[in-house]
This record gives sequence, C-alpha cells and structure tokens, in this order.
Amino acid sequence: MSGFRARPSTLCSMLFLAMLTVAVVVGPAVATRDPTLIGDVLARRLVPPLGRDAHGGLHLFGTDRFGRDIAMRMLLAGRLSLAVGMIGAMVAGVVGTLLGLLSGWRRGATDWLVTGLADTLLALPRLVLLLVGVALWTPSALTLLSVLALTGWMGIARLVRAEVVGLVRRPFVDAATAIGAPPLRVALRHVLPHALGPALVATTIGVGGAILLESGLSFLGLGIQPPSPSWGNMIAGGRDLLVVAPWVSLAPGLLLVCTVLAITLLGDALRDRLAGDTTTVSAR
Amino acid sequence: MPTSTLLRAVLRALVLYCAVLTLTFVLLHLAPGDTVTMLAPADASAADLARLRSQLGLNEPLAVQYVRWVTHSLSGDFGESAARGTTVAALIRDALPVSLALGLSSLLLSFLLGTAAGVLQSARAGRWPDRIGTVVSVVLVSSPAYWLALGAVACFTWLASRWSFPLWLRLPAFGLATPGSDLHGLPHLRDLLQHAVLPVGILALIGAGGVARYARSSALDLRGADWMRTARAKGVTRLRVHTVHLLANMRAILITLFALSLPGVVAGSVFVESVFGWPGMGRLMVMSIIARDYPVVLGCTAAFAAVVLLANLGAELLLPLADPRLRGQ
Repeated sequence: MSGFRARPSTLCSMLFLAMLTVAVVVGPAVATRDPTLIGDVLARRLVPPLGRDAHGGLHLFGTDRFGRDIAMRMLLAGRLSLAVGMIGAMVAGVVGTLLGLLSGWRRGATDWLVTGLADTLLALPRLVLLLVGVALWTPSALTLLSVLALTGWMGIARLVRAEVVGLVRRPFVDAATAIGAPPLRVALRHVLPHALGPALVATTIGVGGAILLESGLSFLGLGIQPPSPSWGNMIAGGRDLLVVAPWVSLAPGLLLVCTVLAITLLGDALRDRLAGDTTTVSAR
Repeated sequence: MPTSTLLRAVLRALVLYCAVLTLTFVLLHLAPGDTVTMLAPADASAADLARLRSQLGLNEPLAVQYVRWVTHSLSGDFGESAARGTTVAALIRDALPVSLALGLSSLLLSFLLGTAAGVLQSARAGRWPDRIGTVVSVVLVSSPAYWLALGAVACFTWLASRWSFPLWLRLPAFGLATPGSDLHGLPHLRDLLQHAVLPVGILALIGAGGVARYARSSALDLRGADWMRTARAKGVTRLRVHTVHLLANMRAILITLFALSLPGVVAGSVFVESVFGWPGMGRLMVMSIIARDYPVVLGCTAAFAAVVLLANLGAELLLPLADPRLRGQ
C-alpha cells in the first residue's frame, strides 16, 4: 500500500464534509435570531440571495416566505439530516455486520432465519418499507432514524455473510481454534476484521442513501415536520415559489446534492482502496 | 433450464410473497393505536366502533385474521378502502398500469443511455469523455428525484415561456392529459407523450447515472479478457468489439442490474408521481398514508412486493438464456 495518494475529489469531499459538520454545529449556536421564528414578515420575506431586508440584515441565501434566513435554516436542518442519516446508516451497518457474521458463522437455523428475513425485507423497495413505517408510527426524527436503521441492514448482512462463509474454511480459523481460542473470540477477532471492508464501504454509501431518503420523506410531508427545518421540507416549502423565488428550493437542494455527492465519492475512494487491500490479501 | 430449477424459483418467490404478507400483518398489529379508532372518524360512538370492529373481523383470534389476510391477499383481495368507497384491488388496478408504464419506459431508456455511456467511457478510460461521464453520472446518482423534477418543471414551463422556447419545448408539468381536452386517436397519444416527457426523462436520467457507473466498471473489468484481445488481434473493428463482443458478455450483468434497480425505480417514481401529479401507485400510497387509509397502504405494499419478486424471478429465468456460461449451474 506504499505510495497511496488521495485523489483531489476525495480530499475535496472530506474537506467539504468537515466544513459542513463544523458549520452545522457552530452556525445555529451563534445565530442572532432563532431560524424557526417568524418575525417581521413584510420586511423580510423573499429577500433574494446576498440581499438585504428592510432592517438592513444581510441574507446569504435569501429568505423564505415567512422572512426566515435560509442559510441559517439550512444549517439547522443539516444537524437533523446529517445526524439521522449517519446514525441511521451506522446502526444499520453494525446490525448488518453482526447478523451477517452470525448467520455465516453459525449457519443452520440461525442462517436460515436471518437470510429469510433479509430476503423478505429486500422483496420490498426500501422506500415502501419506510413509507409503511412512517404510516404506522407518527413521523418524527426518532421514527425516521429507527426505520432507516431497520431497513438498511440487509444488503450489508448479505455481503458480510458471503465473506464469512468463505473465511471460516481458511486455515487461520482452524489454527486459532486449535490453539484454544473460544469461538466468540475467533469470530470477532479473527474472522470479522477480514469481512469489515465491504461492510465499511456499504455503510459509507448507505449514509448518502439514508440522507436522500430522509429528505425525500420530509419532502412528501411524512418525515421531519415543520416548523423544524429539514432539507426535504425546505425544498417542499419552496415548491409553489419556484417562479417567484427559486432560491427557496434551490439552496437546500444544492447543499443536499453536494453532501450526498461528497459521501458517494468518499465511498468510491474507500472501495477502490479496500479492493486493493483484498487482492493483496488473497494473493498471499 | 431444468423444470426443477424453474419450480424451485417459483416456489421461492411464492414463499417470499407470503413472508411479505406476514410482515405487513405483524407490522400493522405491532403499531401503536387501535386499528378501529384509526379508521373511524373521531366522533364515532362506542357502538359504532364495536360494529366496525366486528365488520372488519377484528374480534376474531389473531390466527384467524392472519390466515384470512394471507389467503385473501394471495387471490388479490385486499379488502375495502377506508377513505374511498371502492375496493383496494380496484384502486391498484387503476394505479398499477400508470406506474408500470412510467417505471418500465424509464428503466428501458436508462439502460440504453447508461450502457452506451458506460461502454463509451470504458473505451476512453481516463481521458476527458470518461471524466465528464463520471462526473455527470455521480452527480445524477446523488441527486434527489423530486428536486430534479422541480427544476425541470421550472425550466420547461416558466423559463420556456420567458425565453420563448419553441412550442414543442414547452412541456406540460402536471397530470396525464390536458385538462378538459377530449382527444382521441393520434392527438390523444401525442398529448400523452408530451405529458410523459418530463417524468420519464427525469427517472431515466437518474437511472442512467447508476447504470453508467456499473456498466463502466464491468466493461473495464472485461477489457483485459483473453477473448477481447483475440477479437482485436483477428482484426475485428473497434466498433464491433464494443457493440457485439463486449455487450454480449455484459448481458448477464445488465439483466441482474435490471432486476436490482427496480426497487430504486419504484422509489424514484413515488417522488416523480407526486411532483407531476401522476395517478400511479406511489401517489396512491402517499395519499393513503396521509388519509390514514391502512387497507390501501398494505395493499400497495403487497403489490410492490409482487412486482419486485416477479422481476427477480424473471431475471433468474432469463439469466441462463442470456449467458450460456450460467447454464447447468
């Protein structure tokens, strides 16, 4: 792995995500006005990007129909979107990895049960599962997070299971068992690390997917509920203003696309790098 | 293909469909709240609630309800809509063709576009056509369908009239037909096609991004194969190597991808249908969720599962036909 150099796109993505995270955490904390508060509507509504309202306040991305600053609302929405997307995808990743390890390691009835459940859930488009979830439980950030976690583990479990099934036949597993390592230790310390690569890549790409799905549900009115801002419900809020004030939908949409793009590029870079790793491992 | 393989594949799809039905039943009964109070209007009396409960068969043991739900659903009977005066099956019968037409036409377009782009990119790997293709496809994959759809609506309605685009570029942005028009025959088809351009185009573009990424990497993997070198060495033209030899070897990959990308198309069509007001399954489901019309939500879920399982089954059966190397496995 000597001489590994990150591509410019990877560096840009990391830089963008780092800056976004800082802005999302710090921005709303230092805001002078509550971005969900509706104040002097007539003086502030629909100010174009970089414009000043009647009170002289500068708005980087303009204001929406209630005179709320879009830039600040985007950052506040970013908190929820990033948190829900990342935590949802990570929980899905951990659940998927553990279930995949369990079914590949134990085989038999456990394997049958896990694979059957995964196949059943995969027979439904993920969005449909999410829709059923938010239909039966009240829409909130917590519902979204749990539903995203519960519907995202199947692909990862399949990947890890396939790796583990191949790994348990390898001599190092016999060796570890022969020197008296307990099965749990062999599974977690010897087998699991070899299967983590694909799971890590899938989880990274899953973060982007989760953020997109969360925004989509919020756009449909089934996710984060106003007045809490989410990129999705902000885009929906600008839907009938497309002609009068296109920036209301455009700005949160651009930020959403850039975020998902950066995560996808990171996932790609991770996959290329880990693919190099696995070939060297199997060549040995 | 041996009959036993066929039977096993069909049986597997049926078992999975029953498992999906079981899952929806479990979810409905796990959900907080009482089905009857969710269905009934807020001012319903206790007697009304009791009558509705017995009407829906909710007094019976869970096992009886479960068996009835599965057997009825298997025969396509999902009960009555709670909010509209028709059966769920009738609603699905109206909505499914719209969604299937939208999904299949955009899938077909996205595979044509995406495969062509991916193979072209692999032929020029690392140079500017490849770079541009990579950037465009990754941006498309990362874009939410509803946002692109809103952008397209703004472009082809408002901008089109402002910048006086030619008439054929001013596209309708809502529904399946011009309201109030009574067209038949060819003019009707023309009207329908005009209404279809934006929704199908958006879905096809997003799909093409994903297909192009996949096609590019698998074409790159295949380029080093011995048969590619042989074909080139015996003087086959570049065009023929790419269109005949390479594509023939990508058939199995593309069919697998076709079945795999169906759920994504369903998701995209939910958003596209709700932006463009198409009366398809996605819009039906979203509107039923908002109206708390649970029988329709569950019926739609089962219908979506049936479509996905049928697509997977079809792909499984097609694979040995598309790639002789997979026969006898």
